[in-house]
Amino acid sequence: MNSSNDHYVAPYDDAVSFDELPDSAPSHKFRLSFTGWLGTIIVVFWTIVAVSGPFIAPFGENELPFPDAYSEFQAPQPGAWLGTDVSDRDILSRIMYGASRTMGISFLATVLAYMIGVVFGIGSAVSSPRVDMILSRINDAFLSLPTIMLGLVVVAAVGSSIPVLILTAGVIYASVIFRLSRSLGMEIKVMDFVEAAQARGEGRWWIITKEIWPNAAMPLLTDFGLRLIYVILFISSLSFLGLGVQPPQADWGSMVRENLGALQYGTSIIPVIAPALAIATLTVGINLIVDDVSAHSGGKLSNRL
Amino acid sequence: MFSLILKRLGVGLITVLAVSMIIFAGTKILPGDAAQIRLGQQATEANVAAMRERLGLDKPFIVQYANWLTNFAKGDLGVSLSSDVPITSLIGDRYKNTLFVSSLTALIGVPISLMLGIMAAMFPGSLYDRILTFVSVSLVAAPEFFTATLLVLLFVFALGIGNAVVVGSTENKGLFELIAHFALPITTLCFVIASQLIRMSRAAVLNVMSSPYIEMAVLKGIPRKRIIFRHALLNAIGPIVNVVALNLAYLVTGVIVVEVYFGYPGLATLIVQGVQTRDFVLIQGLGMIFCLTYVVLMLIADIAAYASNPRLRHPK
Repeated sequence: MNSSNDHYVAPYDDAVSFDELPDSAPSHKFRLSFTGWLGTIIVVFWTIVAVSGPFIAPFGENELPFPDAYSEFQAPQPGAWLGTDVSDRDILSRIMYGASRTMGISFLATVLAYMIGVVFGIGSAVSSPRVDMILSRINDAFLSLPTIMLGLVVVAAVGSSIPVLILTAGVIYASVIFRLSRSLGMEIKVMDFVEAAQARGEGRWWIITKEIWPNAAMPLLTDFGLRLIYVILFISSLSFLGLGVQPPQADWGSMVRENLGALQYGTSIIPVIAPALAIATLTVGINLIVDDVSAHSGGKLSNRL
Repeated sequence: MFSLILKRLGVGLITVLAVSMIIFAGTKILPGDAAQIRLGQQATEANVAAMRERLGLDKPFIVQYANWLTNFAKGDLGVSLSSDVPITSLIGDRYKNTLFVSSLTALIGVPISLMLGIMAAMFPGSLYDRILTFVSVSLVAAPEFFTATLLVLLFVFALGIGNAVVVGSTENKGLFELIAHFALPITTLCFVIASQLIRMSRAAVLNVMSSPYIEMAVLKGIPRKRIIFRHALLNAIGPIVNVVALNLAYLVTGVIVVEVYFGYPGLATLIVQGVQTRDFVLIQGLGMIFCLTYVVLMLIADIAAYASNPRLRHPK
């Protein structure tokens, strides 16, 4: 019997360092985990496809790869690597065109939502309580509606086009950003350094741009990915319902809709699974990055929502 | 407590009014009017004017809105513009179909997801927990039609069970036949709510588990199982009810895409048709039904949160 075993030795692990103690100072090193890297690779890949897709796609958006042999849902073969869709168009090319359209619309809509939401949110936080209350109540009414329903009403009223889609998604999702930036503004407004600035006699504009904004920017930025996911899902769902991007323009959501027949009649699975997989990998990829970033920032993000 | 709930009910009522205004005004900015659409392009001026009077379209906006709202409250949703049939008869069985699928989803999906979520919270950091978290993180971000496609591939193509499209009538069928008939839409919807439910119920239990009184229970040497079931879970019930109501509200949106995907004869396919044919009387009525359901579920979520959290009940 080895006597040294009788003494209890605290388990020592090289991986445990003081940085990871719960009350250590927040570390500024930011490392992506494996899943985070995976997400980054996926998102970078789709971004490259979206930017260069229309230029490197083997066929045009509505071009037939085999004009002489027309037949819907052709199997993958040299020339059309993912086969053809319901109108015998090349699926690979349409996915590449769809990437720029789906991602472009979603990105612009999210940026718009941020511009509206942040301006009104921080504005509401620093204005008089009455203005703040009115703005918040209006915002609550928007928040209490299912987003897709609002989208349906707008599309029914003014018809669907790409500018309408961007505007609609931008305005609908601005209400979430409004709430987030308003609560951030409220939180920062009562901090000592803001009071110090007020005591110094700084104007309201200075306080917003130089005191509140720099402190609200980072948490808002970490939230961007999450909003982008919801906007992508919203736009794709609308397109899937036939109310978003209109045919013959390629868009991932509308591609799933157009080719649904292939699945329902058991012809082929690629025309449906390819665009659906494209959306899913993109959103899951963004989500993996968001998860890493919010774990890094202490998960406080989720509490604010 | 009761005054707070009353206050919340009041806010809910105001929300419903605001929602109805948004829907009504939204469908009113349409170019062209209902009388013209119903009579077609060939109608004479006099006919259109007569129809406008019959539909009450000549009255001021506020009066039209008030009439529409009181009719809605009485259960009269108006007459469809595209098919000239009362909306209520268009809805017919569809209401039951949608309700059937949603309630079965809730009955099956909610208990399973809660169990999975609570089990994940019992063993945080374990392999089971990490796999479940990864799967739910992926599922939560994937669109409904992706989940639906995967399920169709698995069940219809690989196993040869079920249909990729819901066909045939639902009448004269027993409960089990109906369940088999609607198996794929229900499973898809279960996945849609499960991903959120698992994450949120796990977080709710973990949140309680990190409170000092649980630490005290651990220090006293109470077995883990007993701590979870006797100490933690009781305090997590409120947040969990809140989570369930929130997710059933999400179901209202999820059901739209899933119904269209499977060609399911429900309310959602009807409203999508309404948007395509620009039948805004139909959109107004159905939109209100969807939004009302959503608002009521959100209300329940809020009241559950109030009822379970003394800090919210007695704000400083």
